[in-house]
Amino acid sequence: MSAEPLLRVHGLCAGYGPVDVLHDVALEVRQGEIVSLIGANGAGKSSTLRCISRILAARSGSLRFAGRDLLAMPAHDVVAAGLAHVPEGRRIFPRLTVLENLEMGAYRRGDAAAIARDLHHVRELFPILRDRERQQGGTLSGGEQQMLAIGRAMMSEPRLLMMDEPSMGIAPILVTRIFDAVKRLRDQGMTILLVEQNARAALRLSDRAYVMETGRITLSGTGAELLQDRRVQEAYLGD
Amino acid sequence: MHAIAHLATLTPLAVAAALQAEPATAEAASGVLGQQIVTGLSNGMIIALIAIGYTMVYGIIELINFAHGDLCTLGAFFALMLVGALGMEAWSGVAGMAGVVLLLAGAAAFCALFNWSIDRVVYRPLRSAPKLTLLVSAIGCSFVLVNLALFWGGLPMEVFGGGVAAAAPKDFPAMVPDSSLLPDAWDSWVSAEAFLRSSPSWNDPSVWWLTWAPRVALAVLVKSRELNFTTSDLLVWCVTLPLMVALTGLVRCTRLGKAMRAVAQNPTAASLMGIDVDRVIGAAFLIGGALGGFASVIYALYNNTISFQMGYRTGMDAFTAAVLGGIGSMPGAVVGGLLIGVARAISDGYIEARWTNSVVFAILIATLVFRPSGLLGAKLRDKV
Ligand SMILES: Nc1ncnc2c1ncn2[C@@H]1O[C@H](COP(=O)(O)OP(=O)(O)O)[C@@H](O)[C@H]1O
Ligand SMILES: [Mg+2]
Repeated sequence: MSAEPLLRVHGLCAGYGPVDVLHDVALEVRQGEIVSLIGANGAGKSSTLRCISRILAARSGSLRFAGRDLLAMPAHDVVAAGLAHVPEGRRIFPRLTVLENLEMGAYRRGDAAAIARDLHHVRELFPILRDRERQQGGTLSGGEQQMLAIGRAMMSEPRLLMMDEPSMGIAPILVTRIFDAVKRLRDQGMTILLVEQNARAALRLSDRAYVMETGRITLSGTGAELLQDRRVQEAYLGD
Repeated sequence: MHAIAHLATLTPLAVAAALQAEPATAEAASGVLGQQIVTGLSNGMIIALIAIGYTMVYGIIELINFAHGDLCTLGAFFALMLVGALGMEAWSGVAGMAGVVLLLAGAAAFCALFNWSIDRVVYRPLRSAPKLTLLVSAIGCSFVLVNLALFWGGLPMEVFGGGVAAAAPKDFPAMVPDSSLLPDAWDSWVSAEAFLRSSPSWNDPSVWWLTWAPRVALAVLVKSRELNFTTSDLLVWCVTLPLMVALTGLVRCTRLGKAMRAVAQNPTAASLMGIDVDRVIGAAFLIGGALGGFASVIYALYNNTISFQMGYRTGMDAFTAAVLGGIGSMPGAVVGGLLIGVARAISDGYIEARWTNSVVFAILIATLVFRPSGLLGAKLRDKV
């Protein structure tokens, strides 16, 4: 266990304007793991991911990814370093076609053959996207947009995939399909940091998990441990 | 059924007849109308080129860049300075053509760099500031550029009138001879018409479907003899159309074009894709500026006069064109530009030139009140 984790967040503080929302957040994701971050609405989960992908400024702390200091690079270099972020609310490009959205995921890559291979992989993962390739992204349903957002992130050939509430606001059948896709990515060896409101589904899927409350990490453990934890059951599993 | 078919027979004949109506006044008026449309379209093309600069910047950072028209003024002054420095008034023939190309390239490069610098120095530090701050800065930039043009126009240089009356309009030499391109060869169409009239089926209504298309075509062609389509018009079209095609290709198909659209739709998501948002915005200013530079030179060559206020006025036309077409939409800017150009020409010809600016403002206000998204504005709203 001596190898450096793929992602290491330490002493992270951040906020919006005069308000501090993250206080001394620390977490790790190791190669090949699927780690989830759960917590109530407003706890600071999305803000944590935004800091990691540098679209929200960190006030202090350190962010290391694959041996590099994320704070030393501009936001647009993070994805090139191998860290992809599927943002909350999907944020696809509504007036680009589905195919163009996927191409944007590979914006920083030049290896045409490998891009074609990854496009093939995304089409396999979400066959519906292949049928909709010429349509504008904005015409897709919420669930399809979520698939597109995940597919777009996969097109960057990430070493770590961060997903923020992929099941939010989506029809139940599609939620199942999206969780299936997350499982398949895990089985293919993708390292994942997952933020979810649906704590039970997330914990079942995860190797490890962190619980966040009002900007602080208050609990951590394996997925199985947290599923058995009384405090977690009361607060997040509705038992 | 039958009656409708019969009416349909009459319609094309009526169109052809109307086009061939002979009364002298109608004749003269329609000839003028055709001419107004040609001139209007040429001026409209110039307006469209400037309107694209407004719409590109608005599409990407939601800023009405009020300095854009005045940038074009500076482009024209730069071109006039080149003319003076190189003694281009005397160039003719092939050298004249080369001179035009040189002016176009020079002014485009000048305006592109100038526009990029304005973004770099003024707008970029305000990226996260409220939109109103940005807008007020743009108005401020406009004032600065107008005064820069006024100062430039007052410099003691021969081309600018040797330092007298900085505000006076400056003559811009006609580098292209203003000769008509529609030769008397149209007369052959008249013989063709006479030949057709003598054929038996021409006056037989039962074969109208055979004859109405050539009738209308002939009538239009015969009318167009009265038009004056000159080398200056040709120059305008030869510069603007390829630029518009190239720009459309760039925005639709290239990596930069896709990045520009992505930044316009969601800058944060674009940044997550690895796009350097500031650089892409800078590229939009560079391209919009270059188009403004081209526009300033063809404006100067088409109208043969420039002044420190030309960009303000043409900028207002171009801004109206962008709003009319749907701000943020490039095809909209082109359609809007052509419509404004024609509206101006018709107002000049049929109302009175002094009312023309009011007509343009009326169009602007009507668009903002009745159809704020413009003719071709974004139909699909962002979902999130
Ligand atoms: N853009 C913003 N501006 C100001 N405050 C924000 C913004 N986004 C989130 N917040 C605040 O930061 C806190 C954490 O939000 P967030 O990270 O979105 O939580 P979560 O993802 O866990 O629901 C909340 O109190 C929220 O109100
Ligand atoms: Mg959130």
